[in-house]
Amino acid sequence: MDEAISLRGVVKRFGEITAVDGLDLAVPAGVCFGLLGPNGAGKSTTMRLLTAQALADEGEIEVLGYELPRESKQSRLEMGVVPQLDNLDVELTCRQILMVFAWLYRVPRGEREQAVERALTIANLGPRADTIVRELSGGMRRRLLVARGLIHQPRLVLLDEPTVGLDPQVRQELWSLIDGLRARGVTVLMSTHYIEEAERLADTVAVMSRGRVIAQGRPAELVREHAGEEVVEVYGPPDALERVLAQAGASGWTSRRSGPAVAIMRAETLDGAAPEGVRRPANLEDAFVTLTGEDIE
Amino acid sequence: MSSPATPAGGVRRIGRLEPAALAGVMSRDVAVFGRYWKATTFSSVVQPTIYLLAFGLGFRSLVPHVLHVKYVLYLSTGVVATAVLFSSAFPGMFNTFVRWQFQRTYDAILAAPVDTEELITAEVLWISLRAGVYGVAPLLVGFAFGLEPEAGMLLVPLIGFVTGFGFAAFGVAVAAIAKTIDNFNYITSAVLTPMFLVAGTFFPVTNLPAGIRTIAQINPLYHCVQLVRDASLGGLGTADLGHAGVLIAFAVVMWRLAIWQLGKRLVD
Repeated sequence: MDEAISLRGVVKRFGEITAVDGLDLAVPAGVCFGLLGPNGAGKSTTMRLLTAQALADEGEIEVLGYELPRESKQSRLEMGVVPQLDNLDVELTCRQILMVFAWLYRVPRGEREQAVERALTIANLGPRADTIVRELSGGMRRRLLVARGLIHQPRLVLLDEPTVGLDPQVRQELWSLIDGLRARGVTVLMSTHYIEEAERLADTVAVMSRGRVIAQGRPAELVREHAGEEVVEVYGPPDALERVLAQAGASGWTSRRSGPAVAIMRAETLDGAAPEGVRRPANLEDAFVTLTGEDIE
Repeated sequence: MSSPATPAGGVRRIGRLEPAALAGVMSRDVAVFGRYWKATTFSSVVQPTIYLLAFGLGFRSLVPHVLHVKYVLYLSTGVVATAVLFSSAFPGMFNTFVRWQFQRTYDAILAAPVDTEELITAEVLWISLRAGVYGVAPLLVGFAFGLEPEAGMLLVPLIGFVTGFGFAAFGVAVAAIAKTIDNFNYITSAVLTPMFLVAGTFFPVTNLPAGIRTIAQINPLYHCVQLVRDASLGGLGTADLGHAGVLIAFAVVMWRLAIWQLGKRLVD
């Protein structure tokens, strides 16, 4: 199979709000695909459309070759889902939760125990197998959510903002877990609003804004295409920065406010015309802001 | 897409209301029940005992017999319906609302290969199995007050199950429609309380004004009470087919109502 997920012209409205607005997306099998966008770009709605927990108003959706929503139950049997919001049963132990989901995912009776052990190992939760969820740390709960989505060894995994709200060390742990999935040939579709997460993990990134994909490519390609090789960051008092922005506007340079500085893209093409500042390699954040005009974490 | 997907184990089409999906959802209920069964069992035994003590002892000298039946026996068979109602309608309302809105458990389950119809059916099925078992508790308490064992009593768990199915599904539908958990108060005081009082549980409906007697006829709990009493006191007859029919019809209608009302809210 060439495409694990395909969306064509998908529209989803909630009353007056159009959350997904003519979305076209093709996720090839075997890659880690990042859906990058600010809050409200439609990433979570897209994820819910893929599990048929939201139904599209227009367009066509196929997951693992099954047509949604008609065959969504079949596609859900073969994919795993890690939600953004923690929806674990707080009264149950890790092992009990995994056992319930082994059952829900139709793991044959004789293989359930083994599946639970494997999921516990993947998530590094073996020593906590019989701990009640309420007593787990935030990082452990998130790892359990991932383990739950992998209990049936799916060939496609949806991860909705997998590391949102986690501290940097726990984030690192999850990143290596996700990287391990890709190494085993599992297709991963991950939504995130963390640039670094997309840059580190994703083979391909689609930038979403206002319910549609506005750019797509390998992270390095996106950076080169939309922010060039180098960026010069000019620091100074506010009025000086205003003058720099005006100069950039007049000269047709791509620029943006970047915290206490003004960043000018494609510094390598400016041939010394650029104002004095700190030169650094362009990154995905530069490309993202250039593309969407929106700031992001 | 060029070629159809083939899962590792070969293509397996899955249909509606699969036993595997129902069992999976219920396995979760069983695991959760393992945490709180003591409290639930305690209340389902203590509650009928208190009713029997309070009403039975309180009215004993005033009302020795109702319709030729010793009052305490009349009561212990009637309270079965109350026990079934409480152990089905309330879990139907509260568990559903909490799991759906607060714990988001249903979101997690629906991301697995389970559809809304299966999820709701399994939840209602579990509650009604439990209600069928707990419905027997008042009879056990009744034995202590002189109720005689009767073969027809073996039907009581089944009667409790069918009645409980209807009321659990009713509770699920209420949870779907109520916007907040506080709105349950309207249902509890305006629907459930009159329902369990005007069902022939504590006093016969035959003494009530004609209008209220008619209302009792459409109260599923009244039919549950009649059926349980006839089965337990050795008086099963053709009228009981009618009572059973009403309970089955109530269960089916509420089941579809719950699936319709909650189903459309679980999927955006």
